[in-house]
Amino acid sequence: MEEASSPLRCFRESHSFELFSDDGVQTVTSKEQRKVECSIQEVYSVYQQIHTSPQPTLLREQHYHYLKKGLRHLSDAYECLDASRPWLCYWILHSLELLEEPVPAAVASDVCQFLARCQSPTGGFGGGPSQHAHLAPTYAAVNALCILGTEEAYKVINRFHICFEKLLDFLYSVKQPDGSFVMHVGGEVDVRSAYCAASVASLTNIITPTLFDGTHNWILSCQNWEGGLGGVPGLEAHGGYTFCGTAALVILGKDHMLDLKALLRWVTSRQMRFEGGFQGRCNKLVDGCYSFWQAGVLPLLHRALFKEGDSTLSMSSWMFERKALQEYILLCCQNPGGGLLDKPGKSRDFYHTCYCLSGLSIAQHFGNKDLHNELILGRDENRLAPTHPVYNICPEKVARAIEHFHRLPVPVQTGPTLSAMDQS
Amino acid sequence: MHSKRLKKIEPKQFYNLMCLFFYFRDRKEWADLEPVPQDDGPNPVVKIAYSEKFTDVFDMFRALLKNDEKSERAFALTAEAIELNAANYTVWHYRRVLLQALDKDLREEMKYITAIIEDQPKNYQVWHHRRMVVEWLNDPSEELQFVAEILSQDAKNYHAWQHRQWVMQEYKLWDGELEYVEELLEEDVRNNSAWNQRHFVISHTSGYSDSAILEREVQYTLKQIKKAPHNESAWNYLNGILQDGGLSSYPGLLEQVTELQDTCSSPYLTAFLVDLYEDALETNSSSYDQQETLNKALELCKLLAEEKDTIRREYWNYVSRSLQNTYGSGDPVASSSDPPPPSSSQQPDTEPSDP
Repeated sequence: MEEASSPLRCFRESHSFELFSDDGVQTVTSKEQRKVECSIQEVYSVYQQIHTSPQPTLLREQHYHYLKKGLRHLSDAYECLDASRPWLCYWILHSLELLEEPVPAAVASDVCQFLARCQSPTGGFGGGPSQHAHLAPTYAAVNALCILGTEEAYKVINRFHICFEKLLDFLYSVKQPDGSFVMHVGGEVDVRSAYCAASVASLTNIITPTLFDGTHNWILSCQNWEGGLGGVPGLEAHGGYTFCGTAALVILGKDHMLDLKALLRWVTSRQMRFEGGFQGRCNKLVDGCYSFWQAGVLPLLHRALFKEGDSTLSMSSWMFERKALQEYILLCCQNPGGGLLDKPGKSRDFYHTCYCLSGLSIAQHFGNKDLHNELILGRDENRLAPTHPVYNICPEKVARAIEHFHRLPVPVQTGPTLSAMDQS
Repeated sequence: MHSKRLKKIEPKQFYNLMCLFFYFRDRKEWADLEPVPQDDGPNPVVKIAYSEKFTDVFDMFRALLKNDEKSERAFALTAEAIELNAANYTVWHYRRVLLQALDKDLREEMKYITAIIEDQPKNYQVWHHRRMVVEWLNDPSEELQFVAEILSQDAKNYHAWQHRQWVMQEYKLWDGELEYVEELLEEDVRNNSAWNQRHFVISHTSGYSDSAILEREVQYTLKQIKKAPHNESAWNYLNGILQDGGLSSYPGLLEQVTELQDTCSSPYLTAFLVDLYEDALETNSSSYDQQETLNKALELCKLLAEEKDTIRREYWNYVSRSLQNTYGSGDPVASSSDPPPPSSSQQPDTEPSDP
C-alpha cells in the first residue's frame, strides 16, 4: 500500500509549470486547451479551500443511487440511446461491480429477460427489442450477461433461449473478405467491430478456424505513423480505436505483431501533464472516458512486452502516472449528486460513469492475482474491484464465463452466409 | 406612444404553439395500421421515459417493419424517426431499403442527408448513409466541398475525415489536397487531424522514399516547429516520417535540432533527441560514438523523468532501463526502484486463463 498522506500532485507549487505553453501562437487548439486548464485550476482551488487536508473521496453512495435508479428508469434525455440499451445495461452493471455493489437476483433476472428480447432471430443483439443485430450492443449484452453470470443467471439464459450458436451465424454475416467486420448488416466498418466480435466469440467459445481469417492483418494496418491506431487504415490515431484494436489482437494472440514501442510512446504521450487524465488524440482535450480507453492499453502492452521477453519492465506499476489519473477522476470527474463525467462543466452520464470508474480501477491495480500492487489515492474506501483490461468486466466473471462456455463444443456455422455486401 | 415589444419566442416554441404534433395513430391515412408497442417485458430495465411523440412514431415504425411495408408513407415516417433518434441504425437501414424499392430521387436524398449531417455531425449513421448514397449515385463531386464545410465548423471531426479519406481513395481525388492541408495548418498548426491528412496524402501519392519529398517535408516540419516548439503534432510528424529513413542518419538533422535547444526547447525536443540517439544505437551508426550516445540518451531520459516530463516518469525510466539493457556493457539492469521480484516471478496475466 502506498502512503495515503503524500501531497496531491496537483497541489504542488511546481504544478503550474505543467500548464500548456502556446509559444505566443494562439490557435483554436491552444485556446481550447487553456480554457480547460483554467476550469481545472478552478476545481483545484475550490477543493483546497474546502478541504484543509485533501483526501479525495469516491462518492460511493451517490454513484450507487444514480446507478441503481438508472438500471430501472431513465429520463427522456436518453431517447438518443434508444438504440443502445444493452450498452446502458453493461455500463451500469459494470459500474456496480466495480463498486462491489451486489445486483439483487430479481433485477439480474429482469436484465437477462430484457437482453433476451434484444436478441435478433438471426443471432446477435440489437439496441432494443425488434432492432437489428449490431456488434456494439452484442458486445455489451454478452458482457452484461457475463457480469450477471452466476449459475442462476446462466439458468435464466438457457430458459430464455439466448442462443450462442446463432451468434456465430451473425458474426459470419458481418465478416468482410478483407478480414474486417461491418458493425451490422449494411453498416460501417471500423476497428471497434473486430474487438466486439473477438470479445464475444472468445468469451462464448465460438471461435472457428476461419472466423478471424485476415482480421489481425486488417487491425495491424490501422496502426499509423503516430504509433496509435485509427478507426480504419489511414485515419488519425485515437484512444477508443487503439484500445479496440490492441485488445482484439491480444484475444487473437497477435498483439506481438504491433510496433509495440511506437504504440507505447503514443499512448503514454496521451496523458495530460497538467490535468493528469488522458486525451483521445494528440492536441485534443482531456476526457474522463479515456481513463479507460487509453490507460487500459498499458496493461495490454505490459503483457505483450513481457511475452516478447522484455526483462526491463516495471514489477510494480503500469507505465503511466497512476496517482495523477486518480486525482483527475476523483477531483474533476465526479458529479456531487452521483455519476461521473468527461471534464468539469459536462453532464454526468452512464457511459462516463462506466469508463471513469474502469480507468480508476486500472490505475489502482497493478498485476494479476499472483502479483498484485495496489495504489489507492485517498481513503481505502476509494478502492474499486479490479477489472480485466481486455474485456472490461471483473476478472472472475471472465474466468467464469470462459469456464462455462468451454464446457460446450465450438458450434458449427449453421445459418446462411449472406454477404454483407448484398445488403443495402 | 410606445408600441409594445413582443417577447422573442424560440422557433421550437413557436412551432409547438402554432401546430401541435398530430400523432400518427390519429391520422386517417394511417388508420389501417395497428401501432406495435415496444416489447420491454413485464419488468423493464433501463426503461426510457419516451415522450408521447417518440412512442407514437416508433410504435408506427415497428408496425411498418412487421409488415415489411414499402410505401411513401413508410419513407416519410423514417424521417420522423430519424429526427427523434438519428442513431437508430434499424431505421436508417429501412430507409435505404425504401430508397431502392421506391426508386427515390437520390439527389433529393443527398440534400436531405446534407442537412442532417450539418445538424448532427458526430453521428456514425448519418455519414454511413451519405456514403451509401454517393456510392449509388457514383458521384463524389460534392463531397470534398461538403466535408470542408463541416471541417470549417469543427476541424477535427473524425467522421468527416473518415468520409474525406474514403472519397479520395475510392474516386482517386488527390489533387489539391496537400494545399488544403496547408491551409488548415495555417489556421491551426496544432490540428493533428490535418497533420495526419498530410501523411495520408503524401503516402498515397508520391510517397516518402523520394529524397526531395522527404527533404521538403522535413524542412516544412522544422519550420512549423520553430513557430511553435511546444506543438507536439509537428514533432510527432517529424519522427513519423523519419522512422524508416533513420533519424540518426538524416544529414544535418541532429545539428538542426540541437541548434533549436536554446530558443525552442521543449520536452518534445528532448524526447526527439532520445529517439535520434536510440536510432543511432540501433543502427550501430559509425558516425556516433556508441558509448557517448548511450550516455547522452540516458542523461536525457533522466532529465525527462525527473524534471521536464514527469507525468511520463515511468515510461522514461523504462526507456532508460531498456537502453541500458540493450546497449550497455556490464551488469543486467533490474527495475531499480522496485522491490526484488517474488520467488515465483509472475508478470501480469491479462489473457483469459485456460480452463
